[in-house]
Amino acid sequence: MTYDVPVAPGESADLEERFETGREAWPMWEVFVRARRGISHVHIGSLHAADAETALQNARDVYTRRGEGVSVWVVPSEEIHAFEPEDALDYVDANEKVYRHATAYDIPDEVGHM
Amino acid sequence: MTPEEKFQAIVDAEDKIEPTDWMPEAYRKTLIRQIAQHAHSEVIGMQPEGNWITRAPTLHRKAILMAKVQDEAGHGLYLYSAAETLGVDRDEMQELLHNGKHKYSSIFNYPTLTWADMGTIGWLVDGAAITNQVMLTRCSYGPYSRGMVRICKEESFHQRQGYESLIRLCQGSAEQKAMAQDALDRWWWPSLMMFGPHDSDSTHTEQSMQWKIKRVSNDDLRQQFVDMTVPQADYLGITIPDPGLKWNEERGHYDFGEIDWDEFWRVVKGDGPMNRERIENKTRAWEEGAWVREAASAFAAKQSKKDAA
Repeated sequence: MTYDVPVAPGESADLEERFETGREAWPMWEVFVRARRGISHVHIGSLHAADAETALQNARDVYTRRGEGVSVWVVPSEEIHAFEPEDALDYVDANEKVYRHATAYDIPDEVGHM
Repeated sequence: MTPEEKFQAIVDAEDKIEPTDWMPEAYRKTLIRQIAQHAHSEVIGMQPEGNWITRAPTLHRKAILMAKVQDEAGHGLYLYSAAETLGVDRDEMQELLHNGKHKYSSIFNYPTLTWADMGTIGWLVDGAAITNQVMLTRCSYGPYSRGMVRICKEESFHQRQGYESLIRLCQGSAEQKAMAQDALDRWWWPSLMMFGPHDSDSTHTEQSMQWKIKRVSNDDLRQQFVDMTVPQADYLGITIPDPGLKWNEERGHYDFGEIDWDEFWRVVKGDGPMNRERIENKTRAWEEGAWVREAASAFAAKQSKKDAA
């Protein structure tokens, strides 16, 4: 099956089609799910909802229909602050600091497992 | 390195492009259009099966069908979320679908006439979708690829429940088996059409391949699907309606007949048996649900005012 849109002969593939709805969309929420006790919540996706309560209800319906989680967090997407890979390179270049890794040290075999 | 070269280098290294990365405008627009069409397909796809929920032959089959239709809604939502990371608004995508600027897979413009259509859709339509979606898990755009991984897990349930229900029909009475055969007769060719035009007539395959949005060509995916499906039809003991279908020892694949491309383009352009009804239903549901969306917004606004006070 293909999801690239077939263009009929004589039709143009208009990629520019946009539509101004004039409505304000519900805010977006990021969803984090803890699959089971003892592990961290992991980002699983996002959704729209008017408020936190409906965001949680929607998260349950959209992302945990098959027991994917025992705990769900929803966080307003606009509250996520982030830096991106390029920014990170400006102040941390972990590759230069091999001495931070356990594998940078030679321990003689006769010492045994360390 | 120019941004363009850097982008292509990430793609060539089989790394993923993420929403905040620089990307060519055409890549962004192609993805918006494709992911939106994919999302719309999931959502419109609820209608042909929703048609049989109240008439499912047993409570068990009814529960399965409801779970499947709910999954399709979920798949639509994963995909709308993925499209939104590219800077398109969800409401906007709805409007573009309703006013006919966006399309969805033509397979959903065929009617579901008998109960056997439910099994056949799971087997063939979801089978064809899986063939394509497994490829799309390796797509270069991170959010799309991740959505596909979740969807593929659930599609497997869709296909297996469909095939199992056909096994039951084919092991049942002569009438039941005839019903399964009739469904295969009607769904076989439209299922093959799901893979799109021949590679030679496909306008954007090459660019999509270079960007690794698409990893396998339409014709190759179609061949994969035919090879996989023929033995499954044999097991059911029903016959694929194609006199040209034959194992080709030399190619190691099945040869098969030519698709009716006139029909294909007719349905793509909006003249299939169900095009108008599908969009009418979708638009009506959207309009009739407007008060719910407005009420939820009003309630949220009132609550946040109360919290602030």
